[in-house]
Parts: sequence; C-alpha cells; structure tokens
Amino acid sequence: MTDMSVRVGRLTLANPVMPASGTFAEGMACVFDIGRLGALVTKTITAELRAGNPLPRVAEVRGGMLNAIGIPSKGVPYFLAHILPQYRRVHAPLVVSISAPTAEGFAAIAAAVSVEGVAAIEANISCPNIEEDGRAFAQRAGATEAVIRQICAATPLPIWAKLSPNVGDIAEIARAAEAAGAEAVVVANTILAMSIDLENFRPKLGNTLGGLSGPAIKPIVLRQVYQTARAIGIPVIGCGGISSAEDAAEYMIAGAAAVQVGTASFLKADTMLDVIDGLDRFCARRGIARVADLTGAIRLEADHAETAEMETVT
Amino acid sequence: MDITPSASCVGSFRPHVAEEVSVVLQNEMVNGEYRHLVVATSALAASAQAGQFFQLLCPAPPGEAPFFRRPMSVYGADRAANTVSFLYKVAGVGTRGLATLRPGDALPLLGPLGQGFELDPAWRRVVAIGRGAGLATLGPLAVAAKAAGIGMTAILSARRPDLVMSEDLFRSNGAEVITVTDSDGSSDPAKLRRLLCMLIADDRCDALFTCGSSRILRLLQRLAREFGLPGQVALEQQMACGLGMCFCCVRDFNVDGETVHKRVCWDGPVFDLLEAVA
Repeated sequence: MTDMSVRVGRLTLANPVMPASGTFAEGMACVFDIGRLGALVTKTITAELRAGNPLPRVAEVRGGMLNAIGIPSKGVPYFLAHILPQYRRVHAPLVVSISAPTAEGFAAIAAAVSVEGVAAIEANISCPNIEEDGRAFAQRAGATEAVIRQICAATPLPIWAKLSPNVGDIAEIARAAEAAGAEAVVVANTILAMSIDLENFRPKLGNTLGGLSGPAIKPIVLRQVYQTARAIGIPVIGCGGISSAEDAAEYMIAGAAAVQVGTASFLKADTMLDVIDGLDRFCARRGIARVADLTGAIRLEADHAETAEMETVT
Repeated sequence: MDITPSASCVGSFRPHVAEEVSVVLQNEMVNGEYRHLVVATSALAASAQAGQFFQLLCPAPPGEAPFFRRPMSVYGADRAANTVSFLYKVAGVGTRGLATLRPGDALPLLGPLGQGFELDPAWRRVVAIGRGAGLATLGPLAVAAKAAGIGMTAILSARRPDLVMSEDLFRSNGAEVITVTDSDGSSDPAKLRRLLCMLIADDRCDALFTCGSSRILRLLQRLAREFGLPGQVALEQQMACGLGMCFCCVRDFNVDGETVHKRVCWDGPVFDLLEAVA
C-alpha cells in the first residue's frame, strides 16, 4: 500500500486529490463518499450577491468545455448558515474559494470565512480587479502580491493563491504570491477562450468569452506547473485537464504536490476516486512507497535540459 | 439537502445516484423520428422515478465528438428486471451517437438525477398534457398514477398522428388518451382550453402535469390560476454536471412574487407549474 498522504503547507491531506473550485458541490455526495477526497474545495463565494452570467453558460468544444458561469453567489451569511454545516460533517479538510473585486474586499471575505471547519482559503485572484481597469489580479505580479498580502493579514488560515494561466510568465506571478505569504499556489484557472456558432454567427457563450477546461488544456497547464514549481519554494497544486491517475502523476512529476480535478467529474462523477485509486496502483507498480515522492521527480538529463532552455529563449 | 458523511463513519455511505456502465438491450426505431433505448442497469439506477433523468455518455457518431454527457428523461424504469428505458428523437450530435448503439454495447450513465413528479394520494383523477419529446417524460407518470390508484386523462399533442408518442404506455396503464395534432388543427390552444375546461367541469382534473411545450405550459398556468388547481411541469435546459454543481442550467422562476434562479438539474427538472416562467 502506497502512503497516499501529502503535505500542502501546514495541511496534511490524506491523498493529493481534490475538486477544482466550481465543479464541486453537495450533489457529489449523492454519488460517492466525499470523505475519501484529499480535500473539498467550494465554489467561489463572494461578499455580494451575484446572479451569474447570461445563458448559455457552457459550450462544448473538441477535448474540452468553455464556461462563463459568472460566479453566482448567495453571499457569506448563506454560506456560513447553509453550506458550511454540511461539510463540517465530512472528514476531508474544507478549502473555501473566495473572490472580490478589490484587495480590501478579499481581506474582508477571508476574515468572514475564517471560522471553525474551514482548513484553508483559496483566493481566486483570476477575477477582474476593478482598481486596475478590470485586469485580473493574477495577471500582474504587483497586484497579486498586494492582494495576497492583505488576505494573509486578515486571517490565520493558510492561503492558496489560484493563478491565471493567461499570463506570459506565470513563475513571476507565483513568486509574488509566495513573497506575500501564500502557502501554496493553484496552477491554474481556465484558459481564456471563445467559440462561435456557425448557424447564427453568435458567440456560443452568453458572455462571449469564457474559460477553456478539460483534456485540451492539460499540456499547457502542465508546462506552467513545471515552470512554477521550479521558481518557488511553496507547494504547487496542479489543475488543468486531469481526468486520470496518469494525468495526475504527470502533474506531480512536473512538480505538483497535489492536484485538482474539475471538468472530468462532469463526464464521470466519481473520477476523483479513480484518480486516487489509480495513483496508488501507479506507485505500487513502480515500488514508490509514498505518492509524495512523485512530486518534482521529473528526470532532466543535462543536455536535454540545455536544449529545452535554448528553445525557451528563442 | 442531504450530505452523507464519510471517512469518520466508514461504511455508512450509501449512494443515491449510480455512476455506472449500463449495457444496451435494445435501441430500435419506433417511428420516423423516435428511438426506444433499453439498458440493463443496477438496482439503484432502475429505482428511477417518473420525471427524473440520467446523464448519458453518448458515443461519438462518425466524424463528431460530443464532450458533455446528455441529460435524458426516464421513459421507463423496471425494478424487477433492473432496466431503464429512454425514448429519444435524433436531434443533435449526442442523440446521433446514441442512435449508433447496438445490443451489447456499453453506455456509461449517471442517475437517477433530479426531482421527479409527485402524486398526492388525495387526488382521484389528473390530467397530463404534453407534446413531442415531452410525452416521453410524461409517459412513466401514467405508470406511477396507476400504482397510486389515481386515474389519468392524457392529452398527447404532436405535429402529425404518426408522431404521437407514448400512446400505448398511457393506454396500457389505464389512462384515457386523447390525441391532438397540428395536421387536423385539434392541437390549437383555444381548442385545448375548451377540452381542459370540460375535464375540469367534469371533476376529472385534480392536478395538471405537462412537459414539452411553452405554449401548453402558459395555457395550463392560466387554467391553474383560474380554477385554483395544482400542477407540475418538467423543464429542459442545457446541462453539464447534472448534479447541481456547475450552475449552467439555471432558469428564472417566480417564487412569492420574486424572480429567482433555480437549477433545472438539481431543484427540478420537475417544478411547480406556477413557479415556472414560460
């Protein structure tokens, strides 16, 4: 039996597999025992009440999906009164995803959800920052550092910064999050994308633009996890197109300490159990005693690495 | 909402929804447009109630690649035989894929999902009126009504007589069947209204059920208000997760004078007739 436990900052998780924010809710508990997951990650909650985006909110594309759900949220009091008590009964640690349009707003909601039963906060900083012309916090190192610093000052809980893949140099953003006190980074949110219906020339999403997720983005985000893990000392949580234990193993070997599974759960609701069991078997077959030993186990021969560096430069 | 704990009390978890690979028993054309798909399932899947649905992982038809699962309402669920059946019209890439299935093929599915129809034991006779694919959703309600000792009048609407769906299922479960079509003009809302008013006047309508047409939904809502009748409607919407997690299938509902969003997959797909926004 493989030791499936992993450490993410101060937290020890029973295994490295958890849901990606927005793809998990209490409905999953109808299908399997969610207490088996390494952690639970809520949908992003905001202080303000949000209705969400116009429909259609999702569209399918080859190898993936687009979404522009628009973070519908019933606010913090509803979360504390109705959602949190259900998860308190589940063994897996609860990570609460939060978002706000300002750094101050982020700090306020972080403080508001720092209650018993919450193990960590995932700061969804890929949302637009109204103080920076609507650019996402996670698109700039300065804004990332400022917002994470304010959140960390507002709560004793571990902060995981969920980064945007829509940047030129994700390692730079990750370093800013680390410097500001983040205990882990989640790499990454969805890739900005769109699709057009050729029947009527209309965008397939009510919001025109949306985020691409699913198997189509895996190689891109895997690369970003690799680049991020080399650049920082805090754990990286890989998130992008994982639908099997092999995908998860690739992410861990590239440098991820844990992984999040999102879109794949829409195609098979108990995918995360398959990933947990499959990682166990993957390690057992190779005589790897601890799944954590996969993290960063990528083998780069010297000449191979140099070639890769040169290609990056050109 | 019901959430089941967990590792702290291992062994207590019981799924309400089956994630499994069913086996196709039958997938035949029933008329020019519809196919009847029967699959062998677990007992849990076969416990599906009228109005509930499954998420089907449709195979890819040649040259196409559906990504999401497709929601499909239950046409029949047999707890003795452990089978579930669906009645579908080939309309898009998902159903084109379904049409390629042959007996013995595997069909991954998730279900039963959502809130189905509810029958009040105090009702003596109810009216189900639907159109097109909506008749596949209403069909199993006749089975449930018969089991509950409730009589049913089923008004089946279609473009042409040969496209009337589920007639045998309604009849074999004791429902009085009235078919109306566009081709002879009998499906006209004014005529339907007269027909329904007659059933109400005859004390043959303790509740109204519908699926498949916003025009019929609006007509029933007016009648329900006028005569103070309860009713339920099964609604459709594009879905991704089917488990209330992604919030892509929301629709507007009127609740106590306020417009609110509800998730069709989780809060429905069967809703109170008067709450639905047609």
